[in-house]
Amino acid sequence: MATEAAAKPLPEPTRDSKPYWDGLNEGRLLLQQCAACMKIRHYPRPVCDGCYSMEVAWIQASGRGRVHSWTVAHHPFHPGFKEELPYIVAIVDLDEGVRMNAQMRGVTPGEMCIGLPVRVIFERTKEGVTLPAFVRIP
Amino acid sequence: MALKEQGAITGIGETGYSRNSGKSVVALQMEASLAAIADAGLAPTEIDGIIAYAPSGVVAEDFVTNFGIPDLRFSATTPMGGASAVAAVQCALAVVATGVCRHVLIPLGRNGASGSRIGARVREMPQFRVVGEFEMPVGAVAPVQLYAPMARRHMELHGTTSRQFGEIAVATRRHAALHGNAIMTAPITIEDHQASRMIADPLRLLDCSLESDGGAAVVVSAAERARDLRQRPVYVMGAAEGHPDSPSVISQRPDLTTFGLAKAAPRAFAMAGVGPADIDVAEIYDCFTFNVLCQIEDLGFCRKGEGGPFVEGGAIALGGRLPINTHGGLLSQAHMAGLNHVVELVRQLRGEGGATQVADAEIGLVTGYGDMGDGSLAIMRRG
Repeated sequence: MATEAAAKPLPEPTRDSKPYWDGLNEGRLLLQQCAACMKIRHYPRPVCDGCYSMEVAWIQASGRGRVHSWTVAHHPFHPGFKEELPYIVAIVDLDEGVRMNAQMRGVTPGEMCIGLPVRVIFERTKEGVTLPAFVRIP
Repeated sequence: MALKEQGAITGIGETGYSRNSGKSVVALQMEASLAAIADAGLAPTEIDGIIAYAPSGVVAEDFVTNFGIPDLRFSATTPMGGASAVAAVQCALAVVATGVCRHVLIPLGRNGASGSRIGARVREMPQFRVVGEFEMPVGAVAPVQLYAPMARRHMELHGTTSRQFGEIAVATRRHAALHGNAIMTAPITIEDHQASRMIADPLRLLDCSLESDGGAAVVVSAAERARDLRQRPVYVMGAAEGHPDSPSVISQRPDLTTFGLAKAAPRAFAMAGVGPADIDVAEIYDCFTFNVLCQIEDLGFCRKGEGGPFVEGGAIALGGRLPINTHGGLLSQAHMAGLNHVVELVRQLRGEGGATQVADAEIGLVTGYGDMGDGSLAIMRRG
């Protein structure tokens, strides 16, 4: 066991978020949309802050967006990420008007900038969870 | 009712700060609290309100038991991480103003260095549930990794530089070296800051606060009681807390470069009847250097985006136009989640600052920042 990489913190889906994680497993980025007023929200939660409706629909996002900000992680705060250092975590403005964060792939820190166009990809971890990541759009 | 000057800080206490206290967290908090109560000239049994620091695991009942308090009338927590201590001052002001209590104890203590570390602690806090589900799994696991994108965006939008962050680290270290109860006292330069290793770009090691052991405490008393106690009272002129939009998840916040403090500051200044130009000394929560720069803007000392130039050239050091963190702050004194900032402001306004005393300090402020952006502010004057 000692030779295996340390376990990463894994998501624990809730009743509110399970469709999001199921979507990632199927290669789809799903976002909540209020079934009453059509406002899109993220991360998943039970109430629309626009109209207080608790009726939820799920839409498939384009997966496209632009970098809002980022960091490059250098220090191993968690043993599960130690072997990946350094890595970039970006906050991305999705075209649907909400944000999410995920690691960047195939980009150097020097290439990062606000507004960099990206699209989501899906990565299956060895634990059997699918996590989002971003690559730049040429 | 107006809260202005309805209460005063009447007692302050601290343990020695270290990286390995050899004491329990309960013992550290009791030691600091007994010092604060004695400083006020009170007996421990006269404490009738306690605002405990929940993350430490020490609760009001521990003080009742250890001090034999016969009639505790009020207990609460202010669950805002690093903003808790100053938010507790507002809470204490409200309960002494309304006659619920006469003397409220605000204790804080931790074994942050020899006990559990921050990365392990945050994952267990309910306010980070959403971050824990969606952001920690992709590698944003520690506060500095979650905060660094705020600093990066400020740099990209406003031209703020890492060297300007370094100005804060250097000035703060200078103050710690003069203070007498600080962990980090070796002088540093901007070049040392620039050479320190990257933790979460753009934040380097010397942009980060300490993990430390120790305890601090203050007593807030009703104004009419404060006048009869041992020390010259330090009156709370104004106090407020503010919660940012998307309070628990930074990535979803409309403006990454504005904290909850921006909502609290106008309220606290209005209550106090003073403005930023009236402030002689400021103890600003400094978990990371960027957070200081951003709070200087949110407090209104300069406009948004101008914090970088503001901190240059020694402006925030002793002798500058706005001396900050005269004790060395979380960056160089110790990480007491900002209660050490409250203690230091009181010391300054009593004129007990010693080698780091700001000349003729009459009015000062202290801020808190925590839990991904919550803010708190108290403005005080010497009695």
